[in-house]
Amino acid sequence: MAKIIEKRILTPVTKLFRIEAPMIATSARPGQFVIVRVREGGERIPLTIADFDAKSGTVTIVVQEVGVTSRLLGALEVGENLLDILGPLGEPAHIPPGGHVIGVGGGFGAAALWCLMKELKARGDKTTIILGARQQDLLILTDELREACDALELCTDDGSVGFKGLVTQRLQQIMDGDGLGKPNHVIAIGPMPMMRAIANTTSGTDIATQVSMDPLMIDGTGMCGCCRVSVGGKTKFACVDGPLFDANLVDFDEAVKRNKIYVKKEKIAAERQQKHLCERTSS
Amino acid sequence: MPAKRITKTPMRTRDAKLRATDFVEVNIGYKAEHAIFEAERCLRCQQPPCTDGCPVHIPIPELLHEVAAGNMEKAVDILRTANPLPAVCGRVCPQEEQCENNCHMAKQYLPVGIGYLERFIADWERSQPKKKKPKPPQRPQKVAVIGAGPAGLVCAGDLARLGYPVTVFEGLHAPGGVLRYGIPEFRLPKDILDWEIELLKDMGVEIVCNVIVGKTFKLDDLFDKMGFSAVFIGTGAGLPSFLGIPGENLNGVYSANEFLTRINLMQSYDFPNTDTPLYVGERVAVIGAGNTAMDSVRSALRMGSKEGMIVYRRTEKEMTARQEEYEHAIEEGIQFRWLTNPIEIIGDEDGWVTGLKCLKMELGEPDASGRARPIAIKGSEFIIPVENVILSIGTSPNPLLVNTTPGLETNNKGCLVLEANKPQTSRKRVYAGGDAVTGAATVILAAGAGKDAATSIHADLMADLAEK
Ligand code: FES
Repeated sequence: MAKIIEKRILTPVTKLFRIEAPMIATSARPGQFVIVRVREGGERIPLTIADFDAKSGTVTIVVQEVGVTSRLLGALEVGENLLDILGPLGEPAHIPPGGHVIGVGGGFGAAALWCLMKELKARGDKTTIILGARQQDLLILTDELREACDALELCTDDGSVGFKGLVTQRLQQIMDGDGLGKPNHVIAIGPMPMMRAIANTTSGTDIATQVSMDPLMIDGTGMCGCCRVSVGGKTKFACVDGPLFDANLVDFDEAVKRNKIYVKKEKIAAERQQKHLCERTSS
Repeated sequence: MPAKRITKTPMRTRDAKLRATDFVEVNIGYKAEHAIFEAERCLRCQQPPCTDGCPVHIPIPELLHEVAAGNMEKAVDILRTANPLPAVCGRVCPQEEQCENNCHMAKQYLPVGIGYLERFIADWERSQPKKKKPKPPQRPQKVAVIGAGPAGLVCAGDLARLGYPVTVFEGLHAPGGVLRYGIPEFRLPKDILDWEIELLKDMGVEIVCNVIVGKTFKLDDLFDKMGFSAVFIGTGAGLPSFLGIPGENLNGVYSANEFLTRINLMQSYDFPNTDTPLYVGERVAVIGAGNTAMDSVRSALRMGSKEGMIVYRRTEKEMTARQEEYEHAIEEGIQFRWLTNPIEIIGDEDGWVTGLKCLKMELGEPDASGRARPIAIKGSEFIIPVENVILSIGTSPNPLLVNTTPGLETNNKGCLVLEANKPQTSRKRVYAGGDAVTGAATVILAAGAGKDAATSIHADLMADLAEK
């Protein structure tokens, strides 16, 4: 059991939770994740660690309500508990020091850049974050991310704030030399199409590029192989070998297909959840 | 001596057609009269070879004598002292290779049904009101156990009985290890496992779930920061092997570990009442012929598959599954494709499995394992149409703990190396046993190793105390 200390609603479907988990907070490194379970009989879902603080013994996660479990989680309030939290899991990010690192974040995945960029900035790297969303009110954690890096670049599809266009276009501008300085390292965390586009943008350059894969998982310790990802023609387990992989070696096609395996079942579960909610509100 | 009946009192089983559609236990168990009747068959050998064949050395003739006399309470005491997991072992041990294989009756007739009797005694205990036993005086040194599988639980139970405060750290959200995630409900009901674990907790064993030692904290933290005097590693062999053939990442391909974990630990048989789904098609091929393969293919039927088959490159003779599991599988309509070697998993463009491409094999000269080497027959390629392929070709120890702990020696298979004369690893006061040491083996061998380690830990900690 892990108590929720703080909850923030970032967008109508994106919630931030700060959770009491002292052992995890002490051991966590940027790039790692936790696995949580919300109720008896519930799924185990992986969530990237957005931030952690050993002193207060808390870890921060951001969840987007896309399925049964994430909706249940999103509905929890301060003072309530997660049934289980396990971590920190996966390999931390390894980025050689002294360079210019650009973190590219899209959707709720941007949260994972928070502690990572903070740490890189603190050790003296040059740090830029490109944060993208459809429109201004879907950009999350802008204040925190601005503080976590030297330059925060906002991108929106509709131009409601910052650069009008895609994060890849903004990245390309920076790579072409627009004053911010060329990156040595790009790390992209967000929806699969975005990560794939980033991989395409830097491919053929000498910019080391990593993406954070988010496959389905069960144990998160290398026991089941549910999280298999093909990287450079080899099968890797994202939970122990990742979640960060070389963007230009990841087989995105396969990853997209694998993420669809339970679509039908998830629909059944979601409809059922909806029905339950309706029954509860109408009674 | 009175003449003994030559046949074993049969185990009652549920109807094969009926049971193949649900997860209720297949074996029904002896009634008291069956048990007494069967226990009377024991010859009460002076130097009982059955006990020698038992990895936890249950004094079997003594035990059966009490059963035959109807002294069930006494029998329970004898059994539980020797084996902290009797309800589990009575169900999943390969008795035919151990105690029953050594039974003198087996020389001419059928062996005494020791396994069935072990199960009966444990189940009898469960039917009785719980008895509160006084706790032994607590010792000053604490012991940590890593992994709540059979090795860890038995080690913890024995240490608690000796008066050590024991904490078991488990990675998953529920204890039991392979007993929880691997062995299906129809062979080992989880409420029986829960009950057995409850008894250990009653003895003072503390179990902390959701901790991966090596990740959540380091093994050395147990000594340096948390004040433990000894550590037992019982992390098992949980890493699934894949064949490395094309198509293994298609949708519908599972490791047996994943397939069984979804069903057993995550209870996907109850989806959507529970939240973890499983994808099973009409036809399921399981590659491999061990107990895990049988568990997988029989589970697939129960999850709604119409056709379940075992695909194995050797023959019935070389298969490692228990005879009982094999027979149950046949009764339930499982097909067996012997001498069939999978070479590729075929899928459609959306990434779903449609078939398993195989080669026909024939048997050649014996190989290093002493088993006849299967040789491919040229041009014998064919495709079995299936929607699922489940790989049950073995597991190896998980390197997570070793990779994060300095000074833990392993062999080329990733198994922990022990000292010659005791179950201690290359680190002082760090012990190990079970599959983490041997590679994938049986529940009872792990239990035996846990017991031996407890004895060794006790001796070393006593010596440490005397030195102070
Ligand atoms: S989630 Fe099971 S091996 Fe990665």
